[in-house]
Amino acid sequence: MSAVVIVGAGQAGCQVAASLREEGFDGEITLVGAEAHLPYQRPPLSKGHLTGKVDRERLFLRTSAWFTEQRIELRLGQAVDRLDTATRKVCLTDGEVLGYDVLVLATGSRHRELDVPGRDLGGVVALRTLCEADALRDRLAAARDVVVVGGGFIGLEVAATAAALRRSTTVLELGPRLMGRVLSEPTANFLLRAHRERGIRVELGTEVRGLAGRHGRVQSVTTSANEVLPADLVLLGVGALAEDCLARAAGLTVDQGIVVDEVLRTSDPAIHAIGDCARLISPWARGSSVRLESVQNAVDQARCVARHIVGRSEPYTALPWFWSDQGELKLQIAGLAAGHHDTVLVGSPGQSAFSVWCFAADRLIAVESVNAVKDHLTARKILAAGIPVTPAQVAAEGFSPKALLPA
Amino acid sequence: MPKLTIRRDGFDTVLDVSEGTSVMQAATSNGVTGILAVCGGEMACATCHVYLEGGPIDALPPVGEEEDEMLGFVAAPREATSRLSCQLPMTAATDGLVVRVAPRQE
Repeated sequence: MSAVVIVGAGQAGCQVAASLREEGFDGEITLVGAEAHLPYQRPPLSKGHLTGKVDRERLFLRTSAWFTEQRIELRLGQAVDRLDTATRKVCLTDGEVLGYDVLVLATGSRHRELDVPGRDLGGVVALRTLCEADALRDRLAAARDVVVVGGGFIGLEVAATAAALRRSTTVLELGPRLMGRVLSEPTANFLLRAHRERGIRVELGTEVRGLAGRHGRVQSVTTSANEVLPADLVLLGVGALAEDCLARAAGLTVDQGIVVDEVLRTSDPAIHAIGDCARLISPWARGSSVRLESVQNAVDQARCVARHIVGRSEPYTALPWFWSDQGELKLQIAGLAAGHHDTVLVGSPGQSAFSVWCFAADRLIAVESVNAVKDHLTARKILAAGIPVTPAQVAAEGFSPKALLPA
Repeated sequence: MPKLTIRRDGFDTVLDVSEGTSVMQAATSNGVTGILAVCGGEMACATCHVYLEGGPIDALPPVGEEEDEMLGFVAAPREATSRLSCQLPMTAATDGLVVRVAPRQE
């Protein structure tokens, strides 16, 4: 095996390159990224980067000297025009052609667009890249009325930051609860209460009808309840779609994400897909297919592919976990809660420190924790080890998660 | 710039680190292997475990409550010198710090 090309220089793509060298891979590695920046971390973009708590310099995953030392060729600010899978070539839009023995697609995801009048007004932004984060930070500093469209991870993190900066902040969420796609009802209800108590106005079951402004700048948001909210900054956080166009155009199997097998191979065995753009059957989703957008998923899949490339193949089975810092609330999730039909609350939401244990058919499938780091880390161990836990055990008085772990 | 020595498998990597950078950040951005730091320093993963080996250890901030809890979950044995390297900022006062990377992070 002599040449690996990685398309996508985010957390997943950068990790494949790093893990390949750690695993002793000695061939050529080329990392192609659409953004001009060195690979950087995205999680702080909706948190510490907005407040200036995290320096820009500290976002970068590796120094440029490291890439040179590790003989990892960077093609940054470069878009891929097309893949030629028959001749194993990646054609860049600037005309360069990169041959590969193994190709890793780590193309990430893109904004789900909101098709409403006024979308193109100034002050209407989305958040995914460092450039967008810089723009959001600058606008937030000058904003008075912030409207966040979408009550998911990014929307709530930004809303919490805006409220902490004493901006008038409203969140519009189309669904019946916050983070409805991923969270159990008790946790979602707690978040709703907590954000409202901190001065954020949250409107559920509400969508945007249109945006209006003057001189090209947004001034108001009209909701589906026919309310006109003043707004000089509107963040669109209505989710993401897999960036799977290249794969589709190349004839790979795509189904809302690039479909991969248990070793993260696409329908072309010389091509892998990892991170936000990949869809696979997950043992943590009880046999259904998932596409996850998280750092854990990016890093663990990258390491799995690197091992596969050096001949130490093993199926990808890592436990999914997530975190979200929303103001002083630290939400952590172990496992995938979708499809649970029973929850048991441990601890006290009144004190803002608790966990919700989610069960499907009496089997523990996920644990959501707020300001309860110990519960989260314990739950990760319990889930990963497959230790059986029943709702009755968790509901029993004096339940201690740690007691479930082998001594 | 303060000097930081990171020890792993008997080898020392000596880095000049800009002030305010954490030991974790210095290690990962320079590709020192063995510190995973999956969460990037947001206190979510407990995979940047190091042992304090020498230098101005007393100049470091004490173990915080959350760090203390998370150190209860590190993969390698927790010792009195165990720290999460994301919680160790390098400053003029910590010039000459020596840490050893824990043998396992997960």
